[in-house]
Amino acid sequence: MNAEMILFFIFGAVSLIGAISVISFRHPIYSALSLIVTFFSQAGLFVLLGAHFVAAVQVIVYAGAIMVLFLFVIMLLNLGTLSAKGVLTGKLKGIAIVLAILFAAEGIYIAVNALKGDTAVASAQAATEPITTEYIGELLFSKYLLPFEVTSLILLAALIGVIVLVKRENTTEN
Amino acid sequence: MSLEYYLILSALLFTIGVIGVLVRRNAIIIFMCIELMLNAANLAFVAISRNLGTAEGQLFVFFVMAVAAAEVAIGLAIIVSVFKHRETINVDEVNSLKG
Amino acid sequence: MSEKLIIVLLISPLVGFLINGLFGKWLKGNEKLSGGIGALAVLVSLIFSIIAFISVKNGNPLEGDAGHLYSWIVGGDFAVNIGFHVDALTTVMLLVITGVGFLIHVYSIGYMHGDEGYTRYFAYLNLFVFAMLILVLGNNYLMMFVGWEGVGLCSYLLIGFWYEKQTATDAGKKAFIVNRIGDFGFLLGMFTLFAAFGSLDFVSIFDKAEAGTIDIVFGETTKATLMVATLLLFVGAIGKSAQLPLYVWLPDAMEGPTPVSALIHAATMVTAGVYMIARSGILYNLAGTGWVVAWIGVLTALFAAIIALKQNDIKRILAYSTVSQLGYMFVGVGVGAYASGIFHLVTHAFFKGLMFLTAGSVMHAMANELDIRKMGGLRKKLPITHVTFLVGALAIAGAPFLSGFWSKDEILHSAWGSFPFIYIIGLITAFLTAFYMFRLIFVTFYGQSRVEPEVESHLHESPAVMWLPLVILAVPSALIGLLLGVGGHHSWFHHFTENVFPKAHETSGNVYLFMAISSVVGIAGIAYAWKRYKNRVPSAEPTNTLQQVVANKFYVDEVYNTFIVQPIKGASHFLLWKLFDSGIIDGIVNGVAALIRVIGGMLRRLQTGIVQAYIVSMVVGIVLFLAYYLFFA
Repeated sequence: MNAEMILFFIFGAVSLIGAISVISFRHPIYSALSLIVTFFSQAGLFVLLGAHFVAAVQVIVYAGAIMVLFLFVIMLLNLGTLSAKGVLTGKLKGIAIVLAILFAAEGIYIAVNALKGDTAVASAQAATEPITTEYIGELLFSKYLLPFEVTSLILLAALIGVIVLVKRENTTEN
Repeated sequence: MSLEYYLILSALLFTIGVIGVLVRRNAIIIFMCIELMLNAANLAFVAISRNLGTAEGQLFVFFVMAVAAAEVAIGLAIIVSVFKHRETINVDEVNSLKG
Repeated sequence: MSEKLIIVLLISPLVGFLINGLFGKWLKGNEKLSGGIGALAVLVSLIFSIIAFISVKNGNPLEGDAGHLYSWIVGGDFAVNIGFHVDALTTVMLLVITGVGFLIHVYSIGYMHGDEGYTRYFAYLNLFVFAMLILVLGNNYLMMFVGWEGVGLCSYLLIGFWYEKQTATDAGKKAFIVNRIGDFGFLLGMFTLFAAFGSLDFVSIFDKAEAGTIDIVFGETTKATLMVATLLLFVGAIGKSAQLPLYVWLPDAMEGPTPVSALIHAATMVTAGVYMIARSGILYNLAGTGWVVAWIGVLTALFAAIIALKQNDIKRILAYSTVSQLGYMFVGVGVGAYASGIFHLVTHAFFKGLMFLTAGSVMHAMANELDIRKMGGLRKKLPITHVTFLVGALAIAGAPFLSGFWSKDEILHSAWGSFPFIYIIGLITAFLTAFYMFRLIFVTFYGQSRVEPEVESHLHESPAVMWLPLVILAVPSALIGLLLGVGGHHSWFHHFTENVFPKAHETSGNVYLFMAISSVVGIAGIAYAWKRYKNRVPSAEPTNTLQQVVANKFYVDEVYNTFIVQPIKGASHFLLWKLFDSGIIDGIVNGVAALIRVIGGMLRRLQTGIVQAYIVSMVVGIVLFLAYYLFFA
């Protein structure tokens, strides 16, 4: 058991615990904080995988910007006191658990078996040197220029959408 | 360090996200669970990317994050707007689609 | 003669109809303009009819391919053209329709004065003329049928013209429904003709009929097929021309405005059946079904004349008289004397149109009083009306040398050769005709005045726009026989139409003897009426059973009501409505709806409105899909 494996198990365990906490806490603030823990440990996993750029973006965008937005909305709406009970009850919950187990089983089956043939091939040609940020930048501005620009349009659409949603509220209040 | 471990971890994280979406009543937490699922997918992308020795997987993670950011912005705006109308964000109380 | 002339002739009343029909709202304030447009439209037709008449007289008819305008319906072997057939018979009909029609339009300008539906009236009247012109101008049976239905529609509209009156709308419906029975026969007749000849064009049908190239549709011989076709067509004529047993609508049709009765229910539309049979004369001769036509005609003539004896409503007497005279015309065309039948149609159009208009004049003066028992001594107050009515009555009674004398005599003379019984019944009817007509005259215009005082003070002769047409109509009523009919089968009229009709049988016997007998019978009827009604009012109550039966029109309406109308209504109510419509049709419709509702009621439970429920179903789908993909694909 080498150092990478030890780190993987530490990060993996932390992210799983964080994820379970997200769905377990009744109060959204705790859920959000747990989610940040998960994101950080995932960033660690990205570093282990040699994806330094992705790890950085994970920390900055997800754990930074997006989670701040979540926390901001939670505090804005002052939601903590509202939810009497956190989860659904009855049949739906049972069905959900059964489905989730089946789903996880299928996922693990895929992970273990379905890709077996590919990994044999892939392990042979696994890159020895990590993929650098410079290389990713070059790809983004050459081969993947169009998707990159389309992404900017998506962000623009989101921007306008949010403005419209908020603006409509204002006019109805007036 | 083989690929399977990462993929199993990814599958477990994704499943936890699914459970959260299915059982939680609070729309914001449901939303967080969706983020969780997106992250699980990202993990699988990066793991496979390294396994194949190509950069495309990481690029897709980048695009997924951009879309996730847009989605969060709009989703939260909708939640705020719903809350203003209904004084609640519990999805079982927002049930005007009931037949 | 070019077909353009005929198009103008035909379109002119249609234009009048459109102007009065579409812009009536703005013409309402201006009666003279509205009525003037209506009358002018028919005047144009009249002028062109005269031109057409002269053209035909000079041996230049419009027949066959020359009259073809365009193909209307083409489907497989079936082809119907829009086209005109203008020969002597057509021009005679044209002159009657537009001539009498024009005078009646002019008369209506005065008669309808102040009516709410003034422009509507003229629109309908012009539409009627248009439809009637199509009927006589068409060069095939389908066009004739279009006109046939068109005049039926206008008749319905004009009978129910005063639609706020229940009796008027009922009468309109009655006319329409009774005519449907006849029209159904006409349709079947057309189908038979098409099956037999493969065409509906007059020329090709008649050519094939004469050549004997007929497909056998019914029975074993071509004659049987023709018999079926002609009898079915005759059913149409029975309905349209108010013969036994479908005459019942015509007396009720008197609910319409009086000029309408004059134009549609005396002069033109009701004679369409006679025209149709005269047009199809070749077929009737070949089929040998004329005797049916003649017998129905003469029985109707007698039957209607008997009913007319005991009527006290001035318009109904004239209506029954019309039915009776139409019977004469059918005798004429039935015995093969087509020219004589059409000649009677012409003279009848003039004198019966005249009498209806004078009756309208009387009503106009009497504040719409119709009961002759409440009249009397009107000749001093209404001199022009009196004289013109007298001319008409003398004409119909067969007084020597007036128009009815010539035409009726021709028919009876023609009947004598082949059907002596018909001749005798016709003679009896002639006597009755003279009697009831002069009963009407003596009770209305002579004797003591029984007019109610407040009406009496308003008694006045009609305005010039009304009495002028009366005077103009009185002239041909009196003289047209002398002009066209002298000489029996060698008269001008026969000569003019000789190319159209199949050759009539030579009549036997001394022409002058027949004339003398007819004259004596007519004068005897007048004299008997004078004796009985010179100073006597018809009693209100019938004195014996026979009179009661006659006064109640033989209870025909009651019999029809009990044995036909009520059973149909009952069957409609219970079988069609309650059982079939409410039970089966509604049952199916409601059953389908109920089934959908039950299914929907089950499915709607899926729509809980809870987002997670929808997501669960989605995840179920994903799990199943993955399972299939992983383990079975």
